[in-house]
Amino acid sequence: MAELASPAPSPDPGPGAGRPRRRALGRLRPSGALAGLVPFFVYTTIFLIIPTLVVVVGAFLGPDGRPSLGSLAALGQPGFLKALTQSILLSAATAIGGAVVGALLAYAVSTAPKDGLLKRFVTSVCGVLAQFGGVALAFAFMASFGLGGLLVGWAKVVGLDLGSGIWLYQWDKGLMLVYLYFQIPLMLIVFLPAVEGLRPQWREASETLGGTTWTYWRRVAGPILMPPFVGATLLLFTNAFSAYATAAALVSQGSPLVPLQIASTFSSEVILGQENVGKAMAFSMVVVVAIVMALYTWIDKRASRWMQR
Amino acid sequence: MTTTAASSPGGVTGPGVAVELTELTRVYAGGVRALDGLTLHMAPGEFIALLGPSGCGKTTALRCLAGLEDPDSGSVVVGGRDLTHVPTNKRDMGMVFQAYSLFPHMTARQNVEFGLELRKQDKATRAKRAADMLDLVGLSKQADRFAHQMSGGQQQRVALARALAIEPQVLLLDEPLSALDAKVRTQLRDEIRRIQLEVGTTTLFVTHDQEEALAVADRVGVMNAGRLEQLAAPAELYSAPVSEFVADFVGVTNRVRAEVGDDGAHVWGGVVPLLPGSAGRGAAVLLVRPEAVVIEGGEANATVVSSSFLGGHGKVVTTTDDGDRVVVQVSNAEVTAHAPGDRVRLRPRGDRALAVAP
Repeated sequence: MAELASPAPSPDPGPGAGRPRRRALGRLRPSGALAGLVPFFVYTTIFLIIPTLVVVVGAFLGPDGRPSLGSLAALGQPGFLKALTQSILLSAATAIGGAVVGALLAYAVSTAPKDGLLKRFVTSVCGVLAQFGGVALAFAFMASFGLGGLLVGWAKVVGLDLGSGIWLYQWDKGLMLVYLYFQIPLMLIVFLPAVEGLRPQWREASETLGGTTWTYWRRVAGPILMPPFVGATLLLFTNAFSAYATAAALVSQGSPLVPLQIASTFSSEVILGQENVGKAMAFSMVVVVAIVMALYTWIDKRASRWMQR
Repeated sequence: MTTTAASSPGGVTGPGVAVELTELTRVYAGGVRALDGLTLHMAPGEFIALLGPSGCGKTTALRCLAGLEDPDSGSVVVGGRDLTHVPTNKRDMGMVFQAYSLFPHMTARQNVEFGLELRKQDKATRAKRAADMLDLVGLSKQADRFAHQMSGGQQQRVALARALAIEPQVLLLDEPLSALDAKVRTQLRDEIRRIQLEVGTTTLFVTHDQEEALAVADRVGVMNAGRLEQLAAPAELYSAPVSEFVADFVGVTNRVRAEVGDDGAHVWGGVVPLLPGSAGRGAAVLLVRPEAVVIEGGEANATVVSSSFLGGHGKVVTTTDDGDRVVVQVSNAEVTAHAPGDRVRLRPRGDRALAVAP
């Protein structure tokens, strides 16, 4: 984008002023590098911009296709508000839980030898687990903890009662656990480079200046890691907030989360013509994510005062 | 800055404390002996440089003094107090690292104030001390800059100011100039020496650059395989090396075939007085500095291979009739007088030299 930006006017247009002008005009011509970005822009347009526009426009249309605030008004219904609250709670809890556990694991992994087997193994496994979701993950948990699950059966053999397994299908218990299953590895992968960026000299400098281990984490490592930690946590939040397949596979009764409610507006055979209500719900998700992104931008801007770009 | 009279082997006086590293041993996993009974005593206010090749143990010695590594045996005594098992943060030492040690989320001023904050100094005192220290290193105008907004040389100056701000008992410099370009390195090197003389803190400086060590230190310790080969004033270290390793490592040395007799080493028709520790009578290899060889008229005994300007002086490379390669330091005026292929006569100037077994 910077390639297309107009150059700032020169405060002192001297004899050679024409030359920069020609160069600036040259910048506006399509270049080879810009042509390389065309597939990206096409992809983004088709799969992000157009769907977003459809959602935003649809949110302001009624069932008959005419402009209306009726679809947005449906967002005030208790059922949707409850689902939105539960979605935000689930996303926040798994983001914070995943971020804390993942960050601790990332630190533990960072202390292993740089190209050692352990580090390569853990990062490779986490790369797979972070992408392991949907029906396959739901089935894995059902087969382990569900009714007649393998682990439940084994536990019974040694005299442990893991219950009926109903908890697995509840949004605030089973779903939270299943989400953490991919949130923790994702945090490890995203946060590990930041932890590895901590230089040993910082800890040693802190110590020689009189600092304790607590001083180092509170005054040096903590502030340095905070922006990437918050950024990764927000990423985890949006990751959980937009997750659909895993929840859909596990929860079949009711629609406790917004993505499931949106799906029901498109697939319900009982109430027809709810598509624009679904778009309004999706619009509310866009708003939530936009707020999260704004928060991230604000934090990033504060950190950029000292971060090297 | 007031100084307490405290003489040292290097003739330095200052308010610093004495440092005694005694019989330090440090063995790493795999059996590598980084320190093998190192003993080093520093006088109060003295500036000692530890010099040696990679892996000789100089950095390990410094880290043991800082408390960043624990010696397997031996003792660390600073100012009469045994610090061998005292944690780093209780040792009261300032340290400047090789590079990248400034806290990146703090400005230069905040970096300098860091150690003072930990010492519970009030804001006004901290601010004044930080300003003084930044002024000392010539960076008053960069006080509000972050690390990435400063050059490598400026960052190291801030690191020096930060280390000195806490008025440490000992200043430790772990190759602080090695990541800088040649010009900045020379400037900062001289500045470190100026500041050290001004504040008088006992200083241990680790480097692999012999020019740096010889230029700034009161005494230079040459390390090899975890031990001190020689600890002496720069001039003595250069002119009177005690071992072949020191002679080879410090400065340029010609290895010349010679015959050792009662009166010294006989070479090119002249006699060279020997340093203590030299080989006994018989055939030997004489270690001669380039400036201790003279090119003169007379019966030729060598052939010029090349000659070149080196700035302040020149260099003529010759091969003797015995097959030894000998570098001779000459004045710039002499460089043009010796073309490749010229026959010349070499003569020892008469400086003392070390003879070793062939």
